[in-house]
Amino acid sequence: MPHLTTYVGLADHSERTLAESFRSVADGHAHVADVFHTCRMLAEWSEANRAALAPIVERYGEADVEEPERLHAAGLARTRDGEVGLLRDLQDLHVLASLVQTTWTVVGQGAQGLRDKELLAVAEHANEQTSRQLTWLNTRMKSAAPQALIVAP
Amino acid sequence: MTDRIADIHGPRTPHAKGTVWPARIDQYLDPGVEETDVERWVQSACLLCSNGCGMDIAVRDGRMVGVRGRATDVVNHGRLGPKGLYGSTRWAHAGDRLTRPLVREDGRLVETDWETAMGRIVATSRALLEEKGPLSHGFYTSGQLFLEEYYTLAVIGKAGLGTPHMDGNTRLCTATSAAAFKESFGADGQPGSYTDIEHCDAIFLYGHNMPETQTVLWARILDRTRGEDPPRIVCVDPRRTLVALEAERTGGVHLAPRVGTNLALMNGLTRELFANGWVDDDWVAAHTLGVDDLRSTVEEWAPDKVAEVCGVDADDVRRAARIFGESTDVLSTVLQGFYQSHQATAASVAVHNLHLLRGMIGRPGAGILQMNGQPTAQNNRECGADGDLPGFRNWDNPAHVHQLADAWDVDTMTIPHWAPPTHAMQIFSYAEAGSIGLLWISATNPAVSMPESARIRRILGGDQCFVVVQDLFLTETAELADVVLPAAGWGEKTGCFTNVNRTVHLSEKAVDPPGEARSDLDIFLMYADAMGFTNRSGQPLIGWRTPEEAFDAWAAVTAGRPVDYTGLSYDRLRGPTGIPWPVNAEHPDGTDRLYADGVFPTDTDYCETFGHDLATGGTVTETEHRAMNPAGRAFLKGAAYTPAHEEPSEDFPLLYTTGRTVYHFHTRTKTGRSEDLNRAAPDAWVELSAGDAAERGIEEGDWVRVASPRGAIEVRARVGNVMEGAVFAPFHYGHWEPPADLGGGHPDAEHRLANELTMTVWDPVSKQPVFKTAACQVTRVRAGDGPAPAPTTTASAPDTDRPASRRRPPRPTEGGAPTTTTVPDRTPDYPLDPARSSEGSR
Ligand code: SF4
Repeated sequence: MPHLTTYVGLADHSERTLAESFRSVADGHAHVADVFHTCRMLAEWSEANRAALAPIVERYGEADVEEPERLHAAGLARTRDGEVGLLRDLQDLHVLASLVQTTWTVVGQGAQGLRDKELLAVAEHANEQTSRQLTWLNTRMKSAAPQALIVAP
Repeated sequence: MTDRIADIHGPRTPHAKGTVWPARIDQYLDPGVEETDVERWVQSACLLCSNGCGMDIAVRDGRMVGVRGRATDVVNHGRLGPKGLYGSTRWAHAGDRLTRPLVREDGRLVETDWETAMGRIVATSRALLEEKGPLSHGFYTSGQLFLEEYYTLAVIGKAGLGTPHMDGNTRLCTATSAAAFKESFGADGQPGSYTDIEHCDAIFLYGHNMPETQTVLWARILDRTRGEDPPRIVCVDPRRTLVALEAERTGGVHLAPRVGTNLALMNGLTRELFANGWVDDDWVAAHTLGVDDLRSTVEEWAPDKVAEVCGVDADDVRRAARIFGESTDVLSTVLQGFYQSHQATAASVAVHNLHLLRGMIGRPGAGILQMNGQPTAQNNRECGADGDLPGFRNWDNPAHVHQLADAWDVDTMTIPHWAPPTHAMQIFSYAEAGSIGLLWISATNPAVSMPESARIRRILGGDQCFVVVQDLFLTETAELADVVLPAAGWGEKTGCFTNVNRTVHLSEKAVDPPGEARSDLDIFLMYADAMGFTNRSGQPLIGWRTPEEAFDAWAAVTAGRPVDYTGLSYDRLRGPTGIPWPVNAEHPDGTDRLYADGVFPTDTDYCETFGHDLATGGTVTETEHRAMNPAGRAFLKGAAYTPAHEEPSEDFPLLYTTGRTVYHFHTRTKTGRSEDLNRAAPDAWVELSAGDAAERGIEEGDWVRVASPRGAIEVRARVGNVMEGAVFAPFHYGHWEPPADLGGGHPDAEHRLANELTMTVWDPVSKQPVFKTAACQVTRVRAGDGPAPAPTTTASAPDTDRPASRRRPPRPTEGGAPTTTTVPDRTPDYPLDPARSSEGSR
């Protein structure tokens, strides 16, 4: 099951990237109070998913070396300014979170095949949490978009 | 002759469980005015809190000279409280009323005429529409306008301009109440009734200091707790309020959770219901959704864990849960202690969960009252001046938007419905950035009432946004405006408003407004005329000119919605009592309580919202909602507790919480101009526990500095009844001071504004700002020369368990002008009251 190992590693890695990116968006838009607080909370959710996965990563072993290069998602190194900038940053987070979600879906399928109940439970819960992250990103983008696109200076 | 400053709730009229609350008529007339001098009594209702007590206004020589409670009104049975008695009319003839419009010239506000003032607004408005479109306009209203005014403004904003940027200061006081209803029941609407007080076995007050916020409602409760077969009281509040004392007296419980931990406590109470089998499984299965998720969400909250997180006694949690679990009928009330705190919506929804788990809703005695702060907050929510769509319609449901487009004869695309309405804090952020270029503020004072005041003043005073303020006085906010419009107040105009209990009252014009002041309705109509808003047929968009026509137009758009006014008219409202909605063919006399049949407005096509994730505020989609097939069942929604946004630190080790006192309303615009009320609470203070005060060498009356990471105030200290680690400050005091003969002239006017310290952060679902959770430090500045100016009759009384400071004994709060109180021989007949006949009471 070398490829499952790869995907377990990818789940861990992409959750870490997502958590870091949520935190940099929080800091980059710290004056937008709800973005600041919500992004920090959602970063913790990603960290919690990693923590739940940690014992399984141990069990399956690290597989970083074999991880296909193109599956790596780059995080948000730098955030943008202003209302349009916020919109773009949220959109980037959405792309990252979507990758995280499909990764958990794939991992969950693998866990089904292996009848690894522990991994399946982790993958299912993480998948639900990622859905909630995506829902918030969607909601926030929808409310920010009109003002950012039409009126913002 | 009763001094109602000293005796806040007036004499008791105790009565037994299940019997009608006796009437008692309270009256106040200005000094020197005899009852025989009164020329006319004009029908109205009190506009100084959400209780909405029916009252008549005494008129003599074209002036309002006093008030009298309406014995026949279902809300108050004739009673009035200190604010209603002493505060209703005296502001009206204050010397500093605004009587002419003002415009800013070379940095100063100067008097002008209406044409010039409105001309400037219209010129700015047109230029912005041309350049940036409707999203450049924002409206910030109040909880004190009339229904006709909110509805007219809602139509102007949504169908004339097409801006989603409309909200009221109701966002600060009552947004969580509306949000919690929508999440649990699918739509806004108070389920319970005040008549539940007469039938319940226990009353739970969550973060609700009712003896100070709704004094007449508390009198109604006292008449039961002091009568035969009294209910037990359970109080959830970090301060030892009069509610807490009554809880101790009735064998109930006082739970004082650490500031910011309400949800942990609620999760604990919910878990106890499951753990002890106090759940009506059949009812839950038939009428709710989500019980399994809720059970697992609260699973971990055993009493010991609650005790650890909330700082309460585990046995008190068990005892409170037992009272809830073993009573036949419980009434719950909720207010700012929950609404303005961390995780506000989730904690308020948890109150609904407790009732739903026991099937305790929709029958006399088993009720929920999510309260409002302000008298007309309910109408702002109903009419959509707060951004919602009128009539509790769902902005995410195209059919609902269509109904409005048809009623207004405009294109659906005009009506902003593409995203949730913009909430107040966001509106101010857009104004800060200048992307809102015109902000119109009516009948409210955000420079004092919004969090992080320094920022709000900067936004209002800056050049990036043109600010219009319409008010009775030159408030702290009006001082910063570009145009100030003089408005007529209560008693100077006609209109309706609805109290927290859905009861609609008509308030008639008693006297003319001063000078050139105009009603808010006339001001909005003047703007609409000048802008030339038209509908698809080319007719004026606003087809009404009078309050009564506006009311009828409003009633028409409520047809078929939960908030149905179609059976109401001005004529009907001129009867002996206010009438609770829905009033329609099915309920021609109104409705005492909702959901008697256990059917909730959750159907996907009917509901006001598809709901939210309580932790993030992310919206549930129509497809997801439909898949759940709620079909009239209520939602049981739980959420995990998370620690507050700002936890105490080494530099700021105490928790800061703001609130109100019984003698003032909002920013004192009216109550500060009543000598009796103002002298009772003339200046700001801060309350500390005895332990925290001793640790800092602070004694009663000392001047102290209270600082948070955002700002500081310097006021006098009351060593009082807050729990250790907490600090309480009243939010009413900005820099405005009444004249010295009314008890004004304090040296701390420039540094006592409680909201300098609060945070810009809000609940993810209701978007209500968090006023009750900030970290702070208190240091002694210098000795005072007397006790703190805090009242002694209320929760701000000196520490009840210790002898009062001998050096500076607190002055007893007393000395209100005489009022009369009479108990009529016969209690009037109250329609809909379940206690009036045996067959009515179950
Ligand atoms: S309880 Fe409220 S509505 Fe009634 S008199 Fe007092 S302030 Fe007015």
